[in-house]
Amino acid sequence: MSMLSRRTSPLWLAALVHRLSGLALAAFLPFHFLALGLAISGEARLEGFLRWADQPLVKLSEGLLVGLLAVHMLGGLRLLALENLAWREGQTRFALLAVAAAMVVVFVFLASVF
Amino acid sequence: MAGTLEVSLWRGGADGRYVGYEVPMRDSQTVLDVVTWVQRNADATLSYRFACRVGMCGSCAMTVNGRPRWTCRTHVSKVASDGKLKVGPLENLPVIKDLAADMRPFFEKWQQAQGRFAPSKTRTDPIERISPDSPARLAANAAIECINCGVCYAACDTVRWNPDYLGPAALNRAWTLVNDVRDAANVERLTAVAADSGCHACHSHQSCQEHCPVALNPTASIAGLKRKTAQAYLRGEIKP
Repeated sequence: MSMLSRRTSPLWLAALVHRLSGLALAAFLPFHFLALGLAISGEARLEGFLRWADQPLVKLSEGLLVGLLAVHMLGGLRLLALENLAWREGQTRFALLAVAAAMVVVFVFLASVF
Repeated sequence: MAGTLEVSLWRGGADGRYVGYEVPMRDSQTVLDVVTWVQRNADATLSYRFACRVGMCGSCAMTVNGRPRWTCRTHVSKVASDGKLKVGPLENLPVIKDLAADMRPFFEKWQQAQGRFAPSKTRTDPIERISPDSPARLAANAAIECINCGVCYAACDTVRWNPDYLGPAALNRAWTLVNDVRDAANVERLTAVAADSGCHACHSHQSCQEHCPVALNPTASIAGLKRKTAQAYLRGEIKP
């Protein structure tokens, strides 16, 4: 099978998105803990970080993170349902729904922070 | 139908190459017809495999324009791209020669997955009465019509990444037997399919379902095995 036909399979893409979002979230985790650590290392440093986080570009990045989290969680829930509940047809539709729902979550998040 | 097809066929073993042929177009021509025309008219040394020609035996699967297909039931008019056809052996299997893939790894995995019926009764026992409406029988029926063509195995990304993975067909077969109330070897079977490179290695891309020529859904069977093996583990029937 050609690489192209594999790359146009929606469920192959869903698996790719799930794995890449998981990797990106794992890479982000140390920075998340670093930010949490600031809270116990002094109020001034935390305040400085929070002011830095108020920049529009950082908020947009947070929106991306929220999107990654949502798409990874919803994609994971689809897989858990597929493997643990009775079989349901239309997995491509469920994967697309997960992506669409994640985009809605990102939109709501960005609307609330801007 | 007039005209010719530009056909590329894989020639040689793993280190072979595609060789071009011009084949006359015909009405209702199948890919297997094209391959047979080349063997009978252009090069008698071309090796390929077929038997029934009507989609029953599962012998003639090949890679056609990048997708694994049963060639006897694949019409050229549906798959030729601009009058061009590229036919190779099935992927994920060793090449014997030309279009003939070595199916041994495929069938060895049926054995590894305990894909053989283990009788629980003798011929002197009364015949088991099985309701056609029972959930187990319905599950087995949904997966039973596999023709062992190897198309799902060739289409499977997990087999490509992990050559030890049992593959969709072997696991689908195991699922039919897990749902056969007459079978006596389900603990051994669930142990075999729950091992490394068994059902839990499936990533649920559903390429097997997408490509299966008889419209089976091995991914659903494998998901069923995932549930059954997890239940058996929680009940202490199988060990990790």
